[in-house]
Amino acid sequence: MSRSSNPVATATDPAAGAVSHAVPHAGRLDAVGYLIALGGIVRRELLRFFNQKERFFSALVRPLVWLFIFAAGFRNTLGVSIVPPYETYVLYEVYVIPGLAVMIQLFNGMQSSLSMVYDREVGSMKVLLTSPYPRWTLLFAKLIAGVSVSIVQAYAFLAVAYFWETDIPPVGYLAALPAFLLAGMMLGAIGLFLSSLVRQLENFASVMNFVIFPMFFASSALYPLWRIRESSDTLYWICMINPFTHAVELVRFALYGKFEPLACAVVIGTTLAFFTLAVIAYDPGRGIMARRGGPAGEPT
Amino acid sequence: MSDSPALDIAHVSHRFGQRSALSDVSLTVGRGRFMALLGPNGAGKTTLFSVITRLYNNQDGRVSILGHPLDREPSRALARLGVVFQARTLDTDLTVAQNLHYHASLHGITRRAARERIAHLLDRVGLAERRDDKIRTLSGGQSRRIEIARSLIHAPRLLLLDEPTVGLDLESRADIVGIVRALVREEGLSVLWATHIFEELSPDDDAVVLHRGRIVARGRAGEIGEPGETLEAAFRRLVSEPRQAA
Repeated sequence: MSRSSNPVATATDPAAGAVSHAVPHAGRLDAVGYLIALGGIVRRELLRFFNQKERFFSALVRPLVWLFIFAAGFRNTLGVSIVPPYETYVLYEVYVIPGLAVMIQLFNGMQSSLSMVYDREVGSMKVLLTSPYPRWTLLFAKLIAGVSVSIVQAYAFLAVAYFWETDIPPVGYLAALPAFLLAGMMLGAIGLFLSSLVRQLENFASVMNFVIFPMFFASSALYPLWRIRESSDTLYWICMINPFTHAVELVRFALYGKFEPLACAVVIGTTLAFFTLAVIAYDPGRGIMARRGGPAGEPT
Repeated sequence: MSDSPALDIAHVSHRFGQRSALSDVSLTVGRGRFMALLGPNGAGKTTLFSVITRLYNNQDGRVSILGHPLDREPSRALARLGVVFQARTLDTDLTVAQNLHYHASLHGITRRAARERIAHLLDRVGLAERRDDKIRTLSGGQSRRIEIARSLIHAPRLLLLDEPTVGLDLESRADIVGIVRALVREEGLSVLWATHIFEELSPDDDAVVLHRGRIVARGRAGEIGEPGETLEAAFRRLVSEPRQAA
């Protein structure tokens, strides 16, 4: 994890009343030091999130609008038959809840990506990347920080949805935690990679149009795949190769205490692929950093 | 290693596509020395800082910080380096303490150790009473002082400052210069200070002039230029002449 290690040393010299530089480095460069850095990065992301109350409410309102208005409106039109993991007929509202929870993570993954672009523009990305830990570990910490926020949001949604007809067993809320973690990692890794491609904040609207909406609508979030197949085989296969479908299914199964191995494999594989691409893109010697002129994209 | 210079840059070149941003740049910042990096806008100062901070990989040449080569021992090298970037890089929605704790964590410093250090550094930059205020409530000069405190949290031995006084009023500028010079004088910190404001230099400072990616003059600030020529006049002449290596 680290290339070297230093003992913890105090950097203050109370006797002299001045900042002492007799020690080589005030912190630790070993694995414990990295965990401190990881904690600090997660903490900053959570502080920023809770400071932006409108972000919290808009993240919550979006799926609730879908649940209370869209799903309620379609409950009589879109009956859902018995398909795993459900053991009985379920109402449409019950069916869409996992998809809407992962939709929150999808938006959050892209929001994290947006904040990376913002960090690049305001320069705080430079501060992060001058930390002495290996760069991929810093990007991984950024990823974990974004996922932490998305999990808080997803559970806040589930808490409100609980009072609607959710039908989720109590143990499902616990079993879904690792699924939310994996789904959030995948969507965050995609966002991280996209942030390396988007040069300016203004270009981010196209990410919404070309990434978020196609991923969400061409998936099993709103309609079961067997129904999609009835109308179009091509669309069915598009949904099947869409990693978002597998993230939704992983969470859906977990919420009912079940495990979906294919979904899990696709989610982990996609996470690794996009995280690797993001690490290459943020490498100072390769990727966009070398081509475009660094984290802030400045030429001189 | 104990007698290696604070910063040793040897034959560093960097290109953006076909355009050369740095060409065969070599300089050495001695321990406990204040070196001014002078250059007009676009001279390559920020690119050089990006190479030193490993935001870019240098394409040719080598960079060592306190004897640690940046390419082979990046963690050890970066651990000994403090940076104040040209752009403001504090989180304006967070408080002073939250910003400083975040930076301390990036260097693996526990919250407990950081608390003590933050109190000390805020005292040093004269802003102890603003600890719990949000950055957005601070003036430009106060933000800069916080950035200097932040750059010192991990007890670096080399401090890079990229035009830290640009956009500040005279009083704030004098504060910033005074704080950094005191660090050099009292604690033996080594400083590389990019600027084009000549009043910030004293004749005894080391100085290099960067122009179009090349070093065109070097020496003590008071000795650069022809006899009788001020530093500012020498600088204007150097950056108006066709490029030549020093």
